[in-house]
Amino acid sequence: MAYYISNIARSKGDPKVLRSGPSSLGGADRMAKALGWFSIGLGIAELVAPERFTRALGMEGKEALVRTYGIRELGHGIVSLSPDKHIGLWSRVAGDGLDIATLMTAMRHDNPKRDNVKFALAAVLGVTLLDIIGAQGVTARHSRPRGRPRSYRDRTGFPQGVQAARGAAKDFQVPPDMRAAPTLAAVSDRAPQERARPH
Amino acid sequence: MRALVWHGKEDIRCDTVTDPEIEQPRDAIVKVTSCAICGSDLHLFHNFIPAMLPGDVMGHEMMGEVVEVGSEARGKLKKGDRVVVPFTIICGECDQCKRGNFSVCQTTNRKKYLADKVFGHATAGLFGYTHLTGGYPGGQAEYLRVPFADATHIKVPDGIPDEQVLFLGDIFPTGWQAAVQCDIQPTDTVAIWGCGPVGQMAIRSAILLGAKQVVAIDHLPERLEMAEAGGAITINFDEESVVERLNELTGGEGPEKCIDAIGMEAHVSPSMPDTVYDRTKQMLGAESDRPHVLREMIYVCRPAGVISIPGVYGGLVDKIPMGQLMNKGLTIRTGQTHVNRWTDDLLRRIEEGQIDPSFVITHTVSLDEGPEMYKVFRDKQDSCIKVVLKP
Repeated sequence: MAYYISNIARSKGDPKVLRSGPSSLGGADRMAKALGWFSIGLGIAELVAPERFTRALGMEGKEALVRTYGIRELGHGIVSLSPDKHIGLWSRVAGDGLDIATLMTAMRHDNPKRDNVKFALAAVLGVTLLDIIGAQGVTARHSRPRGRPRSYRDRTGFPQGVQAARGAAKDFQVPPDMRAAPTLAAVSDRAPQERARPH
Repeated sequence: MRALVWHGKEDIRCDTVTDPEIEQPRDAIVKVTSCAICGSDLHLFHNFIPAMLPGDVMGHEMMGEVVEVGSEARGKLKKGDRVVVPFTIICGECDQCKRGNFSVCQTTNRKKYLADKVFGHATAGLFGYTHLTGGYPGGQAEYLRVPFADATHIKVPDGIPDEQVLFLGDIFPTGWQAAVQCDIQPTDTVAIWGCGPVGQMAIRSAILLGAKQVVAIDHLPERLEMAEAGGAITINFDEESVVERLNELTGGEGPEKCIDAIGMEAHVSPSMPDTVYDRTKQMLGAESDRPHVLREMIYVCRPAGVISIPGVYGGLVDKIPMGQLMNKGLTIRTGQTHVNRWTDDLLRRIEEGQIDPSFVITHTVSLDEGPEMYKVFRDKQDSCIKVVLKP
């Protein structure tokens, strides 16, 4: 859709999209993107309104911890949206473990919001499952398979062989604007007073 | 027509788009017969270089047959001509073009106002490479409009396969210029970081230009093997210290000439802590590029040596050791490639059999398979080094 707006930046004769085709983004990539944005949304909410979380879960007094988790979520989100998305998603899985451990501390019998904690735990477990599926998916999609790479031993690029190629372009004259400092011989050939002029 | 279109980060699609049209009298339309995915396309794929817009057609390494010619391009081009299209769009008339500095042509960037703001002064228009360089649609497509076509082309004779001449449009002259601007002497050791397509071309160029020894640095076995086949001594940075090995190979003096064929996306590894630092800052938007290679080159290069940077950088880098650079009196040469400055000579070398650039091609697929090949190339799967697309 965005390309209809960006067509403003194009001239009359430039190609414009008529119909979209297959994308380089796979299902796992799209999932990583969605989970990355989810992390950022959750992180902002935890940073901005931690008391809402602590009140709902019967964890009053833990606002600083929720804020810290908010910063952590933002980190997960940024990395999940980057080309290193597998790191972002696996870090989300680790973060889910931390969230589950923290929620377990609120499962005590004297917590009047125990039902909310149960609901939150179920939600985190569900998201953890998605994170694991996503992390495995992007890791599989983007990793370099193990095993022997193809052999390029014969790809010299020189039809007459490497030895014949060494210095074959001696006839080439380096343009004056690309010359480096003079060669040792060029300096040595000059008179001594020309060679060493004090500053 | 079909074309590979950028829709967002890591989202390239093979779309149906409208055909390009002649807009200016100097334009031509080329029916693309072969095009390639370039390493620098991956910077756009990752959205590390700003100013891409959804709907932009990718690709800046392409060739084909001229099918339509604007009225003012007719003297130089005609229907049926076989041309390689250089990635830099040039007018051939401005001061910079007259000096051979084609990649900073003063005329062809149609979004000069944007580039002036970001770069200080605009550089040449480029195909398929963000709106900072004109927002020109690229050549990973069935047809391409070539602006300033009377100057922006390299005619190639029939009888040479596409695969041998296609890379005249980018990676071959880029590797060549990287070596040329080192001003290689017969006593020089040339160290080249990165054995991707540009690194491979730089290795072959340094060999042709007569370097005493060429050292290639990477960590992917298949790329190191290809580098070795081309005459280089190789260093696998996963297995040994680059600095120690380079010093060992140069009697403790360091290489005279260093080439960065990596650019802004250096490999990240916990064994190189600065790369983790850069990646973290890059994710947080506090740094756009990962300049590990620059730091290592500046450290290991012999005093009064030359550092040549064909690798693409997009914006801001951090922790560059200016003290080492200044005190060692190093010369840095960089820039996008002045493609047409070198192509007559390089075409002759191909025709004479000095070099056959097709050695670098590892995958040839149809345009429809392009989106998947972006992923394969980025993830270095299936020993992929260079992808050629056949529209």
